[in-house]
Amino acid sequence: MTEIVVIARLVPDLVEELEIAPNGTALDLAWLRLIINEFDNHAIEQAIILKERSGATVTIISPEAEGVEDMLFTTAAKGADRLIKLTGVGEEKPTNLSMAQTLAEMIKEINPDLVLNGVQAHDDITGDLAPQLADLLDMPYVGYISGVSLGDGKATAFKEYPGGVLAEIEIALPAVLGIQSSEEPPRYVAISKVRQMMNTASIEDRDAGVLETEGGVIIDRMYLPEAADRAEMLEGDEEEVASKLTAILQDLGLL
Amino acid sequence: MTQDIFLLIEHIQGQVSDISYIMAAAARELAKHEGGNVIGILFGSSSEGLKDSLAVDKVIYCDHPALTEFTSDAYKRTLISLLEEYSPRAILFGNTTLGAGVSSSLSSHLKFPVINSCIKVSDSGSIISQICGGKIMVECQLGDKTTVITVNPGGYKPEEGQSGSSPETINFSAPDLENLKVQLTQYIEPEAGDVDISQEKILIAIGRGIQTEDNIELADELAKLLGGAVCASRPVIDQGWLSSSRLVGKSGKKVKPDLYLCLGISGATEHIEAITDSKTIIAVNSDPDAPIFDIAQYGIEVDLFDFIDPLLEQIENAKND
Repeated sequence: MTEIVVIARLVPDLVEELEIAPNGTALDLAWLRLIINEFDNHAIEQAIILKERSGATVTIISPEAEGVEDMLFTTAAKGADRLIKLTGVGEEKPTNLSMAQTLAEMIKEINPDLVLNGVQAHDDITGDLAPQLADLLDMPYVGYISGVSLGDGKATAFKEYPGGVLAEIEIALPAVLGIQSSEEPPRYVAISKVRQMMNTASIEDRDAGVLETEGGVIIDRMYLPEAADRAEMLEGDEEEVASKLTAILQDLGLL
Repeated sequence: MTQDIFLLIEHIQGQVSDISYIMAAAARELAKHEGGNVIGILFGSSSEGLKDSLAVDKVIYCDHPALTEFTSDAYKRTLISLLEEYSPRAILFGNTTLGAGVSSSLSSHLKFPVINSCIKVSDSGSIISQICGGKIMVECQLGDKTTVITVNPGGYKPEEGQSGSSPETINFSAPDLENLKVQLTQYIEPEAGDVDISQEKILIAIGRGIQTEDNIELADELAKLLGGAVCASRPVIDQGWLSSSRLVGKSGKKVKPDLYLCLGISGATEHIEAITDSKTIIAVNSDPDAPIFDIAQYGIEVDLFDFIDPLLEQIENAKND
């Protein structure tokens, strides 16, 4: 049976107002709502699609964070077979290398054919979790994948190149792929089905061990962008603003 | 370690990408602070001519059939071999699906520090990057080893990295590139027959704020009224609501319309970089902090769905007057 592992992370919801931690070099996560990293959500969908197409066991591994159980049960409702929560991760964000070392040990036990991870996470300055995993597992890595199929000892994947051109790429298995988008949009599952999973599926807790939080790049400071040349904001209620915009379009000779 | 700044010249189907010139501009700025030369790395097959017009001091060129196209395995192996011989202060890659695909494999293997999404080199020589879709800026220093930096468009113009003279070439022999685990088998061109958004004069762009597939009708109506076309940012395309030929951004198209009217687009870097050549950008978004307002000439902070009907009505009236 084909074994697929997906690493899924929670990230701050960008709809919320972001704040910088008192040390000035990290995001303040204390009050932020976390949501699944969108690219990881696509990686999960791709894994489920592969399972439905030709059979596979799908294992989801997620570092603990507020809301991670709900996220894991949601993946089970979509079709994931095994759920693993990495415990002892702590408040401070570990380096990707350190996280990859911990994950690689777990992944080796599963001995998968394919490891999928979102190609990026928007709160990540180094963006290299998947390639770090590939290096530690001695597997090839290809990022920015939109659609994968599995064949005899190889995966055929599509990668988006600038300008809308797609490249078809063959990758020897086992491999790590950084997913940009799944073939089909991530599916919706009803809350009732997720609740059902909370009663029937189980989450395995695995201790992350010692994770390094330093050793990446040296961040001098994080800050909110200074509004340099902000747009001229059109003020008023919807009717007034629509009228102002129409006048601008007329001035521009577009009507 | 030398003080030189390297950059990997990005090219696709025989054309140097704009990001290569943007990297050259950033590298020159960084070299001013670090004191070294700016050196382009060019891999390809009979591709040496691609170095012309790039504003670098020298080019290290490696010719091999397996390097014709950007693939992570062949490029990574060749870069590892090259970096055994050279030890630059930093190496720049485009933060594109090509560049970032190779840079992350390389840095992971060599355990080099990485700084992603560099927009600018500051006056003091630090690297200014963006995370969280452009909502947070990060200022970093180079690490104590060769630092891998991926560069976003937007901070420098391609012209700033161009030069009238052709740089000197240093040839480099490719390492063993047999038994590659990653091979590009073919290019698939975007589907024909659809509108070419890169040529449209008026674009109505929709993003996550459009919420549902049914709401796309509203954008269609607006486009029809203004004589333009509808395009979108990634979340809309990933939902399968519009064809990928309508994607504006990192792996989609760059556009240059007279009017770019965006509805519910927050303005992630990879989207913004593809619209900077638009003559007028007007943004409608309910989030006052949306980065799109930093680039638009006019901004409207309203709920899109309360606003669009009055807008359609007023435009129609104006056209009938």
